[in-house]
Amino acid sequence: MTDVTTTTAAAQADGAGSGADAAAPTRASLETMPLGKAINAGLRRAMADDPRVLLMGEDIGTLGGVFRVTEGLQAEFGEGRVVDTPLAESGIIGTAIGLAMGGFRPVVEIQFDGFIYPGFDQIVSQLAKMTNRHEGSVTMPVVIRVPYGGHIGAVEHHQESPEAYFAHTGGLRVVSPSTPHDAYWMIQEAIASNDPVMFFEPKSRYWPKGEVDFSAPHAPLHASRVVRTGTEVTLLGHGAMVSVLLQAAEIAAAEGISAEVVDLRSLSPIDYAPILESVRKTGRLVVAQEAPGFVSVGSEIAATVAEKAFYSLEAPVLRVSGFDTPFPPAKLETLYLPDADRVLEAVDRALAY
Amino acid sequence: MSSSEAGERAGTVQLLTPTGELVRTDATAEYLPWVDALSDDQLRAMHRDMVLTRRFDREAAALARQGQLALWVPSHGQEGAQVGVAHATRPQDHLFPSYREHAVALARGVDPVDILRLLRGHTHGGWVPAEHQNFHVYTLVIGSQTLHATGYAMGLGLDGKSGTGDPEVDQAVVTFFGDGATSQGDVSEAMVFAASFQTPELFFLQNNQWAISVPVSRQSRTPLVDRAAGFGLPATRIDGNDVLASYAVSRRDLDAARSGSGPRFIEAMTYRIGAHTSSDDPTKYRRDDELQSWIARDPIDRFAAFLRARGEGDAFFADLETEGDDLGHDVRTRTTSLPSPDPSLMFDHVYSEPHPLMREQHEWLTHYEQGLGGTAGPAGGRA
Repeated sequence: MTDVTTTTAAAQADGAGSGADAAAPTRASLETMPLGKAINAGLRRAMADDPRVLLMGEDIGTLGGVFRVTEGLQAEFGEGRVVDTPLAESGIIGTAIGLAMGGFRPVVEIQFDGFIYPGFDQIVSQLAKMTNRHEGSVTMPVVIRVPYGGHIGAVEHHQESPEAYFAHTGGLRVVSPSTPHDAYWMIQEAIASNDPVMFFEPKSRYWPKGEVDFSAPHAPLHASRVVRTGTEVTLLGHGAMVSVLLQAAEIAAAEGISAEVVDLRSLSPIDYAPILESVRKTGRLVVAQEAPGFVSVGSEIAATVAEKAFYSLEAPVLRVSGFDTPFPPAKLETLYLPDADRVLEAVDRALAY
Repeated sequence: MSSSEAGERAGTVQLLTPTGELVRTDATAEYLPWVDALSDDQLRAMHRDMVLTRRFDREAAALARQGQLALWVPSHGQEGAQVGVAHATRPQDHLFPSYREHAVALARGVDPVDILRLLRGHTHGGWVPAEHQNFHVYTLVIGSQTLHATGYAMGLGLDGKSGTGDPEVDQAVVTFFGDGATSQGDVSEAMVFAASFQTPELFFLQNNQWAISVPVSRQSRTPLVDRAAGFGLPATRIDGNDVLASYAVSRRDLDAARSGSGPRFIEAMTYRIGAHTSSDDPTKYRRDDELQSWIARDPIDRFAAFLRARGEGDAFFADLETEGDDLGHDVRTRTTSLPSPDPSLMFDHVYSEPHPLMREQHEWLTHYEQGLGGTAGPAGGRA
């Protein structure tokens, strides 16, 4: 295993993070970078801070992952901490569980959303239930990183949004950042959690750049957050959908409609306070997601908001979702995925009540 | 191949004949030094573990029949395989069982009532592995634990906790699984990972010939021991009803694993004398002559004959019977008087850190239950 002192020094020399000493950052506190690079920086800092953090997955070593999110980390931390595994998702997650029992904090990369299902049993029957089975005597600080969602024109199994399966499972935490800044901080917070965290990375957002403030996160891991204020309708989503909602809000503003946008950030648990506060102000809620709408995270939010903010609602909570079909061939994906127009169509319906 | 053909396959390590005579041949010479080094007390301890496990098994089966357990999983017939490997482990080793390894559990200091708490519906676990010589809790999804074991063993390698050259500190991992489990993808993946990362690990397969009603011939057309070679794991088939074969071969393989020479594989040929569980009826799918042929090779009778031939007297066996009856009585008394688990057990450990849904739903249930107790409850009954 790589020597910790060396790696910390290397991380600092590389200017990639503040290393073990957060009070003395070696990089500018603000930097503009793509979301994928921000996760890379977050991983690097987590690995430098804690020698028990270990990355494992397919092609994550010398290649740096198919999306290059782990690029450079094996060279920096060694093969013992960035482990290229055999090609077997159940094997990766099952062995991550055993490593966690041995005091490691494994961060698993699943190559694509649609490839997570061979590991589904180890996630929902083992990882999620291990602490409960041991009545607290064993913890499972395992992060499973999943590049998810559409907009990249890929073949079958490469554009799915399977987050609801995991949000449905007690024992798992499920989060999804929408910006480079959140990605940088949320990956570190997920790694610091003693519970298993499903970390859904909006792969269509890997490349657009955004500002990362290395001095502090904007919110705790499981907080939802208002990212644009408005008064007439609340738009809620997570991951890549947040940028679509912001775009829709901008168009709405040009049409004289004031929309508030809430970034869900955490799908399990859901932080309802900012959502309910927003809905009580606007009286209308549109929930958008790439995932199919049937039995979805958006459905859960719609039910809960109807229950807890019933007298504030001027219109039913509306969902804008992927269709309840398999993800279509890429030439049809723009029809499948909710875009700003589909969101605005729902906004118009909500305002018409 | 039928199970009887498999049992007679050449190359199967047997150190005690079914009538209890030690086999001293060129083929066994490699293993006998470990057997010869066993003291009288160690030999008695092996016998005691087998006999007490069977007595516990009998009591648990009775409790199940009387409705005191939701389910019982008999270990009858497999005590030799289990006690042998259990005695070959060191305290620092980690053991990842399936759910029938009662003899190993008892040998590692697990309270048998904790096993019954699981089967009575009081817990999903039952004990703290770190406080029970690293005997991990039972895993009910077939084969899943082989990956946890392999991951744990990968960690030992990364931490330099094996292969130091000091057998007093070097650690190894044993993972238990059955013939049915060998068809599960997880078991194959565990062997892939173990071989790739050269884990300090022993794959201990108890081939008890039946996966509920399906014979091993449906799991594999080739001897299961031969599978290991395809993964690059040195493998040995043993007479699983011979506690000394299980002990000696496991000693050799665990020493090798601890020393850093990679994973090993043992196929212990044994037999599930009882039913798969208390819900099963083996008379529907297996023949009585097959059962009788395995009863004739009973691991406890065989070892008792061996001990008597070495001069062990009646008193030892009589005392053990008394101890077994005391154990049975104690297990029965404590099991039937177990208090119901507190409802908080449902919520308290789903997450190790605070979670709003757990808090809200626990509070709601508490309030609801109080309402049913006579005081006014929430009108709607909704959280």
